[in-house]
Amino acid sequence: MPEKKLIYLDNNATTPLDPRVLEAMLPYFTQHFGNAASRNHPFGWAAEGAVDTAREQIADLIGADPREIIFTSGATEADNLAIKGVAEMYKRKGNHIITLETEHKAVLDTCKKLEKEGCEVTYLKVQRNGLVDLKELKAAIRPDTILVSIMFANNEIGVVQPMKAIADICAENKVLFMSDATQAVGKIPVNVKELGIHIMAFTGHKMYGPKGVGVLYVSRKGPRVKVTSQMDGGGHERGMRSGTLNVPGIVGMGKACEICKNEMEADAERLEKLRDKLETELMKMEEVVFNGHLDYRMPHMTNLSFKHVEGEGLMMTFNQNIALSSGSACTSASLEPSYVLKALGLGDDLAHSSLRISLGRFTKEEDIDFAIEAIRNGVNHMRELSPIWEMFKEGIDLDSVQWSEH
Amino acid sequence: MAYSEKLLDHFKKPKNVGTLNKDKKNVGTGLVGAPECGDVMRLQIEVDEESGVIKDAKFKTFGCGSAIASSSLATEWLKGKTIEEAASIDNMDIVEELELPPVKIHCSVLAEDAIKSAIKDYQDKNGL
Repeated sequence: MPEKKLIYLDNNATTPLDPRVLEAMLPYFTQHFGNAASRNHPFGWAAEGAVDTAREQIADLIGADPREIIFTSGATEADNLAIKGVAEMYKRKGNHIITLETEHKAVLDTCKKLEKEGCEVTYLKVQRNGLVDLKELKAAIRPDTILVSIMFANNEIGVVQPMKAIADICAENKVLFMSDATQAVGKIPVNVKELGIHIMAFTGHKMYGPKGVGVLYVSRKGPRVKVTSQMDGGGHERGMRSGTLNVPGIVGMGKACEICKNEMEADAERLEKLRDKLETELMKMEEVVFNGHLDYRMPHMTNLSFKHVEGEGLMMTFNQNIALSSGSACTSASLEPSYVLKALGLGDDLAHSSLRISLGRFTKEEDIDFAIEAIRNGVNHMRELSPIWEMFKEGIDLDSVQWSEH
Repeated sequence: MAYSEKLLDHFKKPKNVGTLNKDKKNVGTGLVGAPECGDVMRLQIEVDEESGVIKDAKFKTFGCGSAIASSSLATEWLKGKTIEEAASIDNMDIVEELELPPVKIHCSVLAEDAIKSAIKDYQDKNGL
């Protein structure tokens, strides 16, 4: 029996660890196992040295100073620390935060928690293409606004926000600008100083590094930003995040950043070509809708809705061989379709019909050829089964049908 | 989520996919669900007018794997049954047969609704 094909096209969920990263990490589990905070013996020095190197590699990728890198357990913790930490530290200045409806739950749920504790949060709507409306952002800023939190690139649709323009608006109004850059760092150029980002969260496992390690960049100059720690203990990470450092993870994240710095451009160029091929081929089918912005977007992914086909059912036609994601409610714990797609103004029917396909460093052209064929066959199979496809083909206006909601 | 072999079989090789002539007097059609909710089932029965037995059943479903398998199974069960027997099919029978996980029970409810709705359509057409 031939080996079963298994293709991973869900790199926005997590990426595989690059073998070079693993190699860099291994000595720090058994050989150099010291605590980076043990300042008085060679075991501690070795660990501290490795962490310092990683800090430099990470800072170098995002154009920061190594002292501006705060290690956390992941992007979710970094988002929490940033938003809660700013709300606490700057509460005398104000308690108003601005963010987007399409942010990751790590940002949205943190904001909701703060609302319960007395903060006011404005959730800006996005345009049909997923971009923030800069005029609305400007209009939302108030004298008591302390933070604008806008993601760099969206995890579901890949839309890249106009970071420089947002940063300029924040600077003019003397408001801190924080960004969840989880999907962007390591895949497209991100330079915090050039862009004017003051606080930024990202993680290792979306850029071929390990899970369980994340970073919060916190600006030290122009402005000097402080966040109140949310985890108390030994005062690690300049007092902003206590806890023994995850040295192997940090070494891995450093190595992952170094590789991304060197290979990001070539990776992006190659993946963009493959993505375009995939997208073009799939969009040759009838009734396929593209979700997002064709110009301002990540190079390695696409999000498409296949009308009159339900996403989870569609995925079941090929999920023995291909891994990807859907905005269908059936794939989420909440039984609600993707809130990101709904925020774009898509009807629930189109949100239920969507697939998110995200390529990565290890995706080959033959994988894409296989996926095109499998997805096409799946869509055709599901449409043959679909009563609403039949009705559409008969020319029935689906909006005029009296559906029985349940 | 791991699905049962039976469910996967009905999903991959669905039985009785198709369309019956809804204008025929002895055909009952049930259309339940809504595209916004992520599932729409159309289930049809064709009744033998002399014996009152369902001689054919067809479905088309827009929905997840469990919804498709539930409707495929329902059509299998309907064939050869009288209207009374068909009306007694309970959604929990489908849940048990396909080993549906709790979050998918609504798919079986929808299938039961589709059966009932098809029967009602047939009865209305025939003044029963």
